[in-house]
Amino acid sequence: MRDPLLNVSQLASFYGDFQALFDVSLRVDEGEVVAIIGANGAGKSTLLKTIAGLIAARPDAVTFAGSPIGGVPAHHLLRQGIALVPEGRRLFSSLSVEENLQIGGAYSRKGPWSLERVYQLFPILRERRHQASTSLSGGQQQMVAIGRALMSNPRLLLCDEISLGLAPIIVREIYERLPQITGDGMSLIIVEQDVVQALKASRRVYCLQEGRVTLEGESQSISREAIASAYFGS
Amino acid sequence: MSPEITITDTTRSGRITMVLALCAVLALACAPLVATSAHLNLMVQIFAYLALATLWNLLAGFSGLVSVGQQAFVGIGGYALFGLTIFADLHPLLALALAGIIGAVIALPVAGLLFRLRGAYFAIGSWVAAEVFRLLASQISALGGGSGTSLPARIVTSMASSRVWREYVIYWTGLAIAVVVIGLTIFLLRSRFGLALRAIHYNEGAARASGVNVTRVKLIVFVLAGFGTAMVGALIFLQKLRISPDAAFSVNDWTAFVIFMAVIGGIGRIEGPIIGCLIFFVLRETLADMGALYLMMLGLVAIVIMLRAPRGIAGWLSEKLGFDLVPLSRRVVFAKSKGDSHV
Amino acid sequence: MDWVNSITQGILVGGLYAMFAAGLSLIFGVMRLVNIAHGDLVVLAAYLALVVTTTLGLDPLTSLLIIVPLMALIGYALQRFLLNRTLGDDLLPPLLVTFGLSVILQNGLMEIFTPDSRKLQAGAIETATLTLSSDLSLGILPLLQFGVAVAIIGGLQLLSYRTAWGRAFRATSDDQTTVQLVGVDPRHVFAMAMALSLAVIAVAGVFLAVRANFDPSMGPARLIFGFEAVIIGGLGNLWGTLAGGVILGVAQAIGAKIDPGWQLLAGHLVFLIVLAVRPEGFFPRVQH
Ligand SMILES: Nc1ncnc2c1ncn2[C@@H]1O[C@H](COP(=O)(O)OP(=O)(O)OP(=O)(O)O)[C@@H](O)[C@H]1O
Ligand SMILES: [Mg+2]
Repeated sequence: MRDPLLNVSQLASFYGDFQALFDVSLRVDEGEVVAIIGANGAGKSTLLKTIAGLIAARPDAVTFAGSPIGGVPAHHLLRQGIALVPEGRRLFSSLSVEENLQIGGAYSRKGPWSLERVYQLFPILRERRHQASTSLSGGQQQMVAIGRALMSNPRLLLCDEISLGLAPIIVREIYERLPQITGDGMSLIIVEQDVVQALKASRRVYCLQEGRVTLEGESQSISREAIASAYFGS
Repeated sequence: MSPEITITDTTRSGRITMVLALCAVLALACAPLVATSAHLNLMVQIFAYLALATLWNLLAGFSGLVSVGQQAFVGIGGYALFGLTIFADLHPLLALALAGIIGAVIALPVAGLLFRLRGAYFAIGSWVAAEVFRLLASQISALGGGSGTSLPARIVTSMASSRVWREYVIYWTGLAIAVVVIGLTIFLLRSRFGLALRAIHYNEGAARASGVNVTRVKLIVFVLAGFGTAMVGALIFLQKLRISPDAAFSVNDWTAFVIFMAVIGGIGRIEGPIIGCLIFFVLRETLADMGALYLMMLGLVAIVIMLRAPRGIAGWLSEKLGFDLVPLSRRVVFAKSKGDSHV
Repeated sequence: MDWVNSITQGILVGGLYAMFAAGLSLIFGVMRLVNIAHGDLVVLAAYLALVVTTTLGLDPLTSLLIIVPLMALIGYALQRFLLNRTLGDDLLPPLLVTFGLSVILQNGLMEIFTPDSRKLQAGAIETATLTLSSDLSLGILPLLQFGVAVAIIGGLQLLSYRTAWGRAFRATSDDQTTVQLVGVDPRHVFAMAMALSLAVIAVAGVFLAVRANFDPSMGPARLIFGFEAVIIGGLGNLWGTLAGGVILGVAQAIGAKIDPGWQLLAGHLVFLIVLAVRPEGFFPRVQH
């Protein structure tokens, strides 16, 4: 078996004295889409933030492409190929749409993604490119956030609840684009509250509950009962 | 209220501090019986700085009003004293009390303007205000314009005929001002008003949302500080007997030193500026001959403390001792659990 | 004609004030830091220019080639090793640390250079004038100073809105955490902003030293002039800052014309009036 692109083993994450993750282990292979599901406060965002380098961790708790990266700051990890689409989009409000995309590519690795390619993926953004990012609809803002992360040409893209607060039709529209994103072999972790959407889009799934992994399996074959009990505990 | 919960206002440490403080004040009141004139002189300066530092701490440490322009009120107080005694022939002590009122009255429009500036810009704005008053004072030709003037002999003697008694009067006035300023500040901070202040300090937005009139609370603090600072200013120049715009509105003397005291002692604690003030005078009496180097050292110490121990000596002490010397927060004591939470 | 002359002088001095203001406004914009030592750093630059011109025999304007990078370096180090540690939710640490720095700078300069006032000699350019009419002539040096101020403000404007660095400045100002996710290290950005601010200060300091006497204690007044120009012009708008500087310069010129004692007072009064009737300044930043 080939080494995974990302390997998280026995990770513990803290906010000050408060421990949010306990002994979390997880792996993502090259080109794989992995979903992480779990109730509010389960620790999904904490996990992504730790992988992206916003929260410190023991060095060997996270390895990426074979090297330990726990505790490496986020701005270095971006250059190594980890990009996060943060929960709630977090666009830069004083930058225009295009500037948000450009700054995403400021420290870009070599790769297929460019301003042009992001505009091909989300044509509406080309029309809006000179507008303030805050003037866009929620769905369009989410597209900018995804595009901003893609501009760095990541090997691993982390998406935190990209469906949050969006109308179902918009969510479907965004999820339909995912194959175009992963087409070049990019790995993807999606965090979702919408379990059906998450299972449909991913190959494997992990379920978090109160900071611990309670379930792991193939997205297509996992049973609803197993998910229900992993989600809420029993 | 359920019987398991008690809310205590005073902790034992607070009561001990109180008793000690009372003894100290009594002893200080009797000091003229034994102290030399030079010592009394020094003590008056210490009283003045104790009050100034406590008032600055009330503004910056408890109310989020970081002013670097309190020298405005020192100067206003000094000039009010000179004006009221020279032109209106008032008794100096009466003029001193009125100087406080003038300070408070002037603080109102000043606040009206400065409160439009947020945070750090408020700080520089307050400095501009002080500069304006300094420049205005140097336009008062009847008080010597830019070079200032001395308090005429008839006014000096109207306080008390002998020099010794004048010194006593000024000494007791200084002691009274320091005690009243510190006492009232403690009282204020322990009242419901103090609770509102702490709520604002903790989270201004939340305090506003829960119905605290933030602007009014800050205005009250600013006016009270203006009152106290102006009275201290009057005291300072009653002792100096000479005033000039540069001395009266000096940012170094009336703000930089005061900030140093608060920082080193501990901002946001009652005992902080008191400790800081005593340390400042010890340093001054031993090192002031070094001139500019001494001032550089003060700046450096302030920076190091701000970075390494931002809660100052008082904060460090209360951590070591495990209790506050002057407790301000009411404690909710839960009978069953050990944890007590500050409100 | 006398009046025209003094108002013109006021406008040109306004360029210098705009330079004080631009550096202040830049770092406030990027990291919400108000540097109380700003004016003392202007004076530091003036003294550095004094040292460089006397030891190397350069003329003051050429000395900028050394002073500007030197001050930028000082700015980077100052931010990276000292001021970055003070940033956070609390207003007090940055304010009081820069206040302490101001005390150290003032007294340090006093200790090294004595409290006496100095002036830099720029040679023939100091007295060169451009005669517009029989009673109105403009000094070449004040004109140059104003031109440099306009160029600096224009340059900062271009940098902010047309370059990757400007985007990084604005994005960091918006959201310090998220900016790390696009590869930007906010501590480095802050240090670069301070470096830029001190580079501008360096230019201002050298012009100050050539145009007038300077001494170690004049820093706070420069801070105040810069601050007033920022507020009069409107927070966050660079061109507004230039206008603010000019308004302040003209107000002082008119005040001085009425009575020499009124020069500074007139400037402060204009500032206070603006604060009273138009607290957002004349040209507040427009959200685009
Ligand atoms: N900045 C923080 N400081 C302290 N605790 C935090 C912080 N952020 C999150 N937590 C806590 O950590 C735990 C995990 O939070 P996290 O945001 O990772 O959950 P989540 O699974 O992403 O939830 P959601 O679905 O609501 O986004 C929660 O108990 C939360 O209260
Ligand atoms: Mg989350």
